[in-house]
Amino acid sequence: MTALAAPAPRGDAPAAAAPLVALRGVAKRFASGTLALAGVDLDIAPGEFLSLLGPSGCGKSTLLRLLAGLAAPSAGRVAWAPGHEERRREIGFVFQDPTLMPWASALDNVRLPLRLAGVPRAEAEARAAAALARVGLAGFERAWPRELSGGMRMRVSLARALVTRPSLLLMDEPFAALDEPTRHRLNDDLLALWAESGVTVVFVTHSVFESVYLSTRIAVLSARPGRVAAELRQDGAPLPRGPDYRTSAAYAALCRAASHALAAATEGAA
Amino acid sequence: MNGGDEGPLRRAAPALLGLGVLALWEGLVRAYAVPDYVLPGPLAVARALAADWPLLSASLLVTLEVAVLALAAAVLVGGLLAVLFAQSRWLERALFPYAVVLQVTPIVAIAPLILIWVDNVTVALLICAWIVAFFPVLSNTVLGLRSADRNLADLFRLYGATRWQVLWLLRLPSALPFFLAGLRVAGGLALIGAVVAEFVAGAGGSGSGLAFRILEASFQLRIPRMFAALALISACGIALFALLGLLQHRLLRRWHESALARER
Repeated sequence: MTALAAPAPRGDAPAAAAPLVALRGVAKRFASGTLALAGVDLDIAPGEFLSLLGPSGCGKSTLLRLLAGLAAPSAGRVAWAPGHEERRREIGFVFQDPTLMPWASALDNVRLPLRLAGVPRAEAEARAAAALARVGLAGFERAWPRELSGGMRMRVSLARALVTRPSLLLMDEPFAALDEPTRHRLNDDLLALWAESGVTVVFVTHSVFESVYLSTRIAVLSARPGRVAAELRQDGAPLPRGPDYRTSAAYAALCRAASHALAAATEGAA
Repeated sequence: MNGGDEGPLRRAAPALLGLGVLALWEGLVRAYAVPDYVLPGPLAVARALAADWPLLSASLLVTLEVAVLALAAAVLVGGLLAVLFAQSRWLERALFPYAVVLQVTPIVAIAPLILIWVDNVTVALLICAWIVAFFPVLSNTVLGLRSADRNLADLFRLYGATRWQVLWLLRLPSALPFFLAGLRVAGGLALIGAVVAEFVAGAGGSGSGLAFRILEASFQLRIPRMFAALALISACGIALFALLGLLQHRLLRRWHESALARER
């Protein structure tokens, strides 16, 4: 086990570290009357890699938007740890689509959050170039989104989310549209970035395999209205993970457990 | 652009067709000995164009000036209104119906009124051409400003962007392709508006644009000159359309679907 696993093995004492964000009794009802989430209690520990696993339409994305402050809960509260209240400095967001500005170069896309925060141009460009290099896109600063492959565009999106050095990285099924080899490579690179930056990740996915491969903890959400139906920890899994982990017995066992939990959560509501 | 092979023959096809029609026209006019005052042949029109060039070119400049100034005013007012509408739904709801009223009322019906109210004929012509040209700019730009990617808009909100930053960095670039499409339509309409207004004004004996020359030539039964003026108006419209198309391509070629060459 490497030192990188250090923040994770707190399974016996969940109250040891104060959560970065705590959700208490969170519910969300849309104007249309649809109840997307109900009674969600969830602590997000600093440094963890939490996957939200659930069937489509279970409110995973809604939960992410509540965390980002892009929507307000209808009931309950989303509480941040003291010192982390100014959200825009704290959050990086990666959407399902790369969501790049097609009229701007890769560098300008990554520079956007800094530009909006009023960081001087020279400094912002240097930081954006460094972020691009971190996701393996050094030399593509002047490329236009149209010229990049789907995987590369997602890397630009990831660089943009990380350029502000956020404490919480929210990802909404970011690799769902990519082919499998590309997705696996991005999974590994994401884990490396997570280990290197110490950022807390909340990763929404409907893929059992992806959630097990990536996370230190999985929260399984039930079908609408979404609530946390089950939690799975995998503090014992080795870090960094590699191709070998995908074929290991621990991986298979956890995939089976997660699949069962997901099936139970889906049926429970149906 | 979405056709098959772009061979030289294919590209020359419109020109070849045009030449063929002109030749047929000239041949028929000669074969049936049609007099010039009924239907002049293309050669007679060309001769008139050459002979009356000093007169016609001066008129061309007058008409073109009105059309281009009206287009500029349409871009300015249409663009500014669109930005205002995008900032406030309330303002849009209040003002947009009146823009539609301006658009759907035939300019031929309003032009006489404007010519009565406005002393300066050039300004009156300008207003008429502007009324026709500004609507496509306004409606397209409003649509474009509203079409910004929702997730990108969320991202701007997440990073605490100001209204101004959202407008400048997100909405205006998103609206650019829509605006340019509207501009291309408006270019042709500005010319039409200028010509129609001139016709109305020309009957009152003022103005010296191409439309006035057409009226004048028809009174004097100088039909070849009439055709020459008509040809100049068409050429003007085509040139304006091509120029705006070039601008559109220049501005969008690096990122927008409409301007990208597809590898086959």
